[in-house]
Amino acid sequence: MRVVEASEITRAIEGLAYDANCRLGDDVMARIAESASAEASPIGRETLGIIAENARVAAARGVPICQDTGMAVVFAEVGQDVRINGDFASAVNRGVSEAYRRRGFRMSVVGDPLLRTNTGDNTPAVVHCELVPGDGLKVTFMPKGFGSENMGCVRMLSPSDGEGGVVRAVVECVGAAGPNPCPPLIVGVGLGGTMDKAVLLAKKALLRECGRHSHLPHVKALEEKALRLINGLGIGPAGTGGNVTALAVHVETYPTHIAGLPVAVSLGCHANRHATAWL
Amino acid sequence: MGAKEGRIRVSTSAGADELAGLRAGDRLLISGSFIVARDAAHRRLQDNLEATGRLDLDLDGAFIYYCGPCPGVGGMAVSSAGPTTSGRMDAYTGLMLGAGVKAMVGKGVRSPETASAMLRHGAVYLGAVGGAGAYLAERVTAVETVAYADLLSEAVLRMEVRDFPAVVLLDAVGGDLYAEARMRYGATPPDAPGGPLGR
Repeated sequence: MRVVEASEITRAIEGLAYDANCRLGDDVMARIAESASAEASPIGRETLGIIAENARVAAARGVPICQDTGMAVVFAEVGQDVRINGDFASAVNRGVSEAYRRRGFRMSVVGDPLLRTNTGDNTPAVVHCELVPGDGLKVTFMPKGFGSENMGCVRMLSPSDGEGGVVRAVVECVGAAGPNPCPPLIVGVGLGGTMDKAVLLAKKALLRECGRHSHLPHVKALEEKALRLINGLGIGPAGTGGNVTALAVHVETYPTHIAGLPVAVSLGCHANRHATAWL
Repeated sequence: MGAKEGRIRVSTSAGADELAGLRAGDRLLISGSFIVARDAAHRRLQDNLEATGRLDLDLDGAFIYYCGPCPGVGGMAVSSAGPTTSGRMDAYTGLMLGAGVKAMVGKGVRSPETASAMLRHGAVYLGAVGGAGAYLAERVTAVETVAYADLLSEAVLRMEVRDFPAVVLLDAVGGDLYAEARMRYGATPPDAPGGPLGR
């Protein structure tokens, strides 16, 4: 049994919130650079240049890539042989509060979805915990902006809809989103499980290294087909037209019920931000 | 459409004639003063108007920027200040245009009702690159709160900008860059799933 102090979790979250908000991953930067040569639209190429320059400015100045510093989503993989000394949820929220106040990030959370009073410190976070073997503790921080979050979709397809139905659902979701979610996108797809499981898989799919395919050949083929169709929609960078609407499609799968084929799509904008630490 | 080459310099004190000459696809560099307002500020403005019969802000001739910036650090006026999705403000746009707003700066599609109200008022809708908050913040020279400070991130601000890059999305004669661009660059058949005419 290994003991992890709650204060260590707070410090880790504070550091991850800064890294995720101010530094765009090399994987996304590389995909943006690669895609610029494929972009047919002059305004689209200019937009991709602005997006790359934006990430360089943010890293150099230590300021947020995007003013929507997001609702804090935390994925924790907690080893079964770890004992946390203190309250886990409080430790996470303290880390969020300190990071957002000290770094001057925008406070983007309201305490009640209908009464809508800003909580003033960007808490609470949305926390997903998973128990895993061993005594490790892995924490991932994703500041989720709502320009893209608002455009996600869930469809409970029928098994008869098959692969074609899945591709159609994904492409329709991106097509309906149009310019709103800040393309070029990373498209996270969760396939299978139950409705809630599919959504969680879709969100986790955004954490994958940008552009790395599924190791399952039939899922890789689906990712490639969906990406090709999405980039044929003409939406383009910032939605002003072009053939770089998405940088990647990542599909995660899970076993499902004999009667079902749940598909969830979580859209990540080009500022697909996340950072991970091991405690 | 007749989008012009190069960047057109536009001042936020530009008259209606000058704005009416802009065309969807024109690339701009805007200098002057934005009124920054987003969801909660629009809601408050409308609620107070209904309750008191008076508008809390003078919006005659205003450029509205749909934005909730990150506060300034290290001597900057703001640290990150990109656009938010404009469509959420469609419910209030009739009121804003009636109050004299002549340009809106944001990102994303507008409702057909907003587009036709803009045509009636001769207003334009301009797009900034979503997610380029750090880059755009470098074009912001000053910021001050002008109303609803209790809304925190959603307070109404006056934001001074210099050479703020934007593109004309909806012009004053019905030009629509998003729609034109999709028809022009879309290889997917228009009536295919997700295509411009599809479900």
